[in-house]
Amino acid sequence: MSRRGLGFAMGGLVLAILYPLLVRAAGAAGLPIAPNYLINVGMLVCFTAFIGQSWNIAGGFAGLMSFGHVVFFGTGAYGMAILQATYGWNPWLAWPVAAALGGGVGWLIGALAFRAGLRGSYFALITLAFAEVFRILANSVPFTRGGLGLLIKADTRPANLQFRDPIWLYYLALLLCVAALLIAWQLTRTRFGARLVAIRENEDAARALGIDVYTEKVKVLALSGAMGAAGGAFYIQKYLYVDPWIAFGVDKSVEMLLVSMVGGAGTIFGPLIGAGALTAINEVTRMLASVVPALKNVQPLSLIVYGAMLVLIVARLPDGLASLFGRRRRREVERA
Amino acid sequence: MPDPAIILAGVLNGLLAGGIYVLVAVGLTLIYGVLHIINFAHGSLLMLAMYGVFFLWRLLGIDPYVALPIVIAGSFAFGYVLYRGLIGRFSHGRDENILLITLGLAIVFDNVALLLFTGDTQTIDVTYAGTIVQVGAAFLPLPKIISFLAAILLCGVLGLVMARSQLGKAIRAVAHERQGARLVGIDVEQVFAISYGIGIACLGAAACLLMPTFYVSPTSGHAFVLIAFTTVVLGGMGSFVGAAVGGLIIGVTESLGGLLLGEQLGQIGISLIFILILLLRPTGLFGAGR
Repeated sequence: MSRRGLGFAMGGLVLAILYPLLVRAAGAAGLPIAPNYLINVGMLVCFTAFIGQSWNIAGGFAGLMSFGHVVFFGTGAYGMAILQATYGWNPWLAWPVAAALGGGVGWLIGALAFRAGLRGSYFALITLAFAEVFRILANSVPFTRGGLGLLIKADTRPANLQFRDPIWLYYLALLLCVAALLIAWQLTRTRFGARLVAIRENEDAARALGIDVYTEKVKVLALSGAMGAAGGAFYIQKYLYVDPWIAFGVDKSVEMLLVSMVGGAGTIFGPLIGAGALTAINEVTRMLASVVPALKNVQPLSLIVYGAMLVLIVARLPDGLASLFGRRRRREVERA
Repeated sequence: MPDPAIILAGVLNGLLAGGIYVLVAVGLTLIYGVLHIINFAHGSLLMLAMYGVFFLWRLLGIDPYVALPIVIAGSFAFGYVLYRGLIGRFSHGRDENILLITLGLAIVFDNVALLLFTGDTQTIDVTYAGTIVQVGAAFLPLPKIISFLAAILLCGVLGLVMARSQLGKAIRAVAHERQGARLVGIDVEQVFAISYGIGIACLGAAACLLMPTFYVSPTSGHAFVLIAFTTVVLGGMGSFVGAAVGGLIIGVTESLGGLLLGEQLGQIGISLIFILILLLRPTGLFGAGR
């Protein structure tokens, strides 16, 4: 990262830390805003950026384009829920275990798919199929309670990872988001990251250079899976409920892919920019819907915009929105 | 273990369901065989064609079977224009890009349908929908028998066109050796667009044959996407015979899976076949290998 980029990042971080305090102060000063709503939106941006980064680590940096990344998200979500609801674990303890489970699933899928030599579109399709298998299993096996889903007992104490004030979930999501940014940043400056990019750009050439392509790909998918699972665990800890569609629905896979693709796959800040853009679209359409009665069926509207953005980005702006912020940040890895 | 007669009925029902999958998968395998792309919008385009059939019936009173030529022609035109205007132009010749663009299109189509037609399921009410033919212990709906026969017929016709006609020759040439085809004067982009159009036209036929016994909703396509991909992968990407055999195998697997494992867990068979084929024999049953 350039010095200027680092300055921007630090400034942004300070702003993000102060953000909830600022909106609360603005609310208290009588501005017509809803501070808790805005804090929640900020939490959503950070969270979406985090799961987007999970996709980006594998899909953007290593070129392992997955269409079923929700399989990790759902593994984490169910891991978190089952450990708490069935085995009575403390969520702070369950969370890292849930993330590790996701890492294990990533390792397993990677080991199977990459040993069979699946690449590109075939890899995308097999991840989709794995997500389907997990969804159907979650719908049928007894320990997930099938379509009924699992409830986590509400007990609002910080020791239980449940907070009365939304500000804490915001800071937790911010922490995840920053951690993910740091991981992505490390990929731009370590040998591991350089090997991944070499594999993305030309797998055969990378192998000829002596890179252990199989191991590197499995490693990065496990890392990405652990991150996705950590995100899933966080998500259901907020809503205290999980069912097969929440955990393994196709929509989440698409969302994870979209935020990175739209923001800029293979860039450090791509998922964050994408998450900001998509959350903004979401909230604006929701607001429109509450004002214009004809648009009360809003969910499709924001998705139409998402889909169109994906087509346009692939067609016209392959490096994503991030590439609009000056050439300096564009696929730094590639040139590093 | 259930009664053999029930198993037989399950197999017959599975074969008929498989006929539908064949119809949906034939277009997908054609598009893959020629363009080497995975058309992720396939299910959504089927859903749009089904709405087309539904509205022809609802607004103009056109029977779905009578609508066949109209819907096939309309689907071909839609596919052709879609490829010329969007997919071919924006993909920059990269497989991953086409996958992403067709995914984006699928999201747009699904949600435009949701916005315009709401999430309600729509069905067509025709007198023959309930007609039952008894074969042994099995009671088979007549429209499903028709769609099964039509699927086989369609595979045969497509196979003939590919083998005998000038167009088929050009398509095969492009599928086999893009650069060489261009050098001997074939308009490659035109062949791509026509192939894509034919693939979508197959979906139009599938929609007409499906509607008498099926319903349509904006998410109807989803039910078919993974099944169609599985069919194509199982049969071998780009192979018509493979699509036909693959579709029938999957129909029977699903039917027997539902019978033996229960409705919920039974669906898992399809995804498992898909994964196993990709892992163990990615060229499928009839694939040429690359």
